[in-house]
Amino acid sequence: MPTWLRHPLFWIYLVLGGLFVFIVFVARYELGLAEEPLFLVSTILVFGVVTAILTAAYRVRKLLRNRLSLIGIIIVLFFSAIAIAAPWLAPPENPREPYRIVRCGYTHMPQPPNGENPLEQIWKVITKQATICEARPFGLIQSYDIYYGIVWGTSMAFFVGLVITGLNVLIGLVIGSIGAYFGRWIDEILMRITDVFLAFPFLVAAITMAAVLQPSLGRGLLTAMIALIFFGWMGYARLIRGDILAIKERDYVYAAQALGVPHHRILMRHIIPNAIYPTLVVGSMDIGSYVLSFAALSFLGLGAEVGFADWGQMISFARDWIPRLSDHWYIVVYPGMAILLFVLGWNLIGDAFRDILDPRLKGAR
Amino acid sequence: MLAYIIRRLLLLPFLLLGVTIFVFAIFSLLSPEMRASLYLTDVPKSPDAMQRIIHKYGLDQPIYIQYWQWLNQIIRGDLGWSKTAQRPVFEALLYYLPATVELSLWAMLPVILVGIWLGILSAVHQDKLIDHTMRVFALVGWSLPTFVFGLLMLMYFYAKLQWFPPGQISDWVTREVINGTFIRYTQMYTIDALLNGRLDVFWDSLRHLIMPVITLSYVQWALLLRVTRSSMLETLRQEYVMTARAKGLKESVVINKHAARNAMIPVATMGGLLLIGLLNGVVITETIFNYPGIGRWAADAAIRLDILSVVGFTLFNGVLLVVGNLVVDLLYAFIDPRVRLE
Repeated sequence: MPTWLRHPLFWIYLVLGGLFVFIVFVARYELGLAEEPLFLVSTILVFGVVTAILTAAYRVRKLLRNRLSLIGIIIVLFFSAIAIAAPWLAPPENPREPYRIVRCGYTHMPQPPNGENPLEQIWKVITKQATICEARPFGLIQSYDIYYGIVWGTSMAFFVGLVITGLNVLIGLVIGSIGAYFGRWIDEILMRITDVFLAFPFLVAAITMAAVLQPSLGRGLLTAMIALIFFGWMGYARLIRGDILAIKERDYVYAAQALGVPHHRILMRHIIPNAIYPTLVVGSMDIGSYVLSFAALSFLGLGAEVGFADWGQMISFARDWIPRLSDHWYIVVYPGMAILLFVLGWNLIGDAFRDILDPRLKGAR
Repeated sequence: MLAYIIRRLLLLPFLLLGVTIFVFAIFSLLSPEMRASLYLTDVPKSPDAMQRIIHKYGLDQPIYIQYWQWLNQIIRGDLGWSKTAQRPVFEALLYYLPATVELSLWAMLPVILVGIWLGILSAVHQDKLIDHTMRVFALVGWSLPTFVFGLLMLMYFYAKLQWFPPGQISDWVTREVINGTFIRYTQMYTIDALLNGRLDVFWDSLRHLIMPVITLSYVQWALLLRVTRSSMLETLRQEYVMTARAKGLKESVVINKHAARNAMIPVATMGGLLLIGLLNGVVITETIFNYPGIGRWAADAAIRLDILSVVGFTLFNGVLLVVGNLVVDLLYAFIDPRVRLE
């Protein structure tokens, strides 16, 4: 038996790959969901996350031994499962627009959850004994079903968090590495630009950007995401710049330069692969906080449009019911719990990573 | 030290200029028609009215000339008309600022005291029950969105118990202000109440402040707690701490006099971050609690696409943060001899 067959990661990847193909096929041919590119993209992203987490947990055993990070991993995997199983957990009314929250009726009033035990109602939805509007596990707000919004909001949260983080890291990488490698006035200009970007509080700048972009792009996912990407890259640019400054003095870089290897090739092949690791780790720790910022924008009315399956947007409905929130607790508590747990999961993993990687805390535990 | 201060001070105008260029760049993402419409107060009567306004305000000129004109305007304090506040943007800023300053001052005090105290406590009792509790608290605090926390507070303490109301002050105080029996010297109710010698107003103002203050500050507690803890842990492993213990000093003296003071040096760099957190938090907190400060004004303006107000607010934030960071850096150089000697 070859050694790679005995490697547990191989089997994990195999199972995940098979599951992915199965889900996409069923979603495409049974549910007609492939019409929605967002669903496909976020499914791919969620599978990427699961793969990455399982790989990290396998390679860095400390992650599993630390109780807090184990909880974090379990939480994130739980949300991944919800995001992947969304078409079964909450069958969309219109498969072409799964991210539009199902509406049950047209009243403005919040409707309390149906029955005492929400899990029982969810079970009825999954087993198709009742439609979502009949079951109403978490209640309705403005006739939007909260349960549906939370389930589909999960895959939205993955999409938003991963895309924003990914693009921010990418921009930071480009700017930081160009500045550090070429140095002198290019570095000076790029770093002063970074300083100016850093002169604004993140959320304030994002609000401004979203407000300025709205007249041309309209209110929606795209506007809020551009606003958050525009102002998030500076930290990564500084981080990678510092690492590259250290690496570009190494002998192998000089050797490559002496051999006449073009600049872009030295950067791409010799420097960035050796410097990128800390930036990637820091980026993965920030996923939770980007989800928070996006939810905050949505809450203020500058993010996803009304009726879109987004947690922050769902909580913003609660603003109309503040004096009567103790009767209508479910419009805050359920989506709020979803955000809290999701972000907590990522932060727990990130915290553990920081402890493992921080050499100053070696021997602290 | 002097050279460092001078160098930083010389950099300040350039950074401020960068801030204005940047805000203008964002502003000019809007089309000339859009920007012209911001100056309109009435529906245009004739079809070419728009073109005339674009021409009048120089919106069809090259971008650097536009920037120069805009810069001249803002230096004179002319930031345009805020439709949300129904007054000029600059006046609106001054009008809403005292309430925000009051809120921030009340929020900063518990943050700094409690956060640092808990951090030290957590580090001294590392891996004990209190340390784990604090770490979990910090993590949850870091993960719970401000607006969810605020709404939960409102749900329990306002909707259910009716203890703490939202808003800034009760109606009866507003009536007294209008009648002239209560004079607002500083525009900050808690201070005015003391100046007027009115404890009932002071108490009423506190009741309104307590929920926003907690909402605004708990994330910062979590942040400060974490930084203080790790800095303190590092300091406690230094050799001079061991020396102090070996000398037979009391544990409390070792911690408070020897370790904590040095552990505070990295914490001082958090000043800038705390300011950022405050400025970010103000927008959300004031919106939830309907507290009439600059944050709520900016959030309202953003939703109504009152761009001039939002741009003015951003500019204010940028300038404040640049100056604030400068102050923090100078303080840091003052505290830490290692920076001073470089």
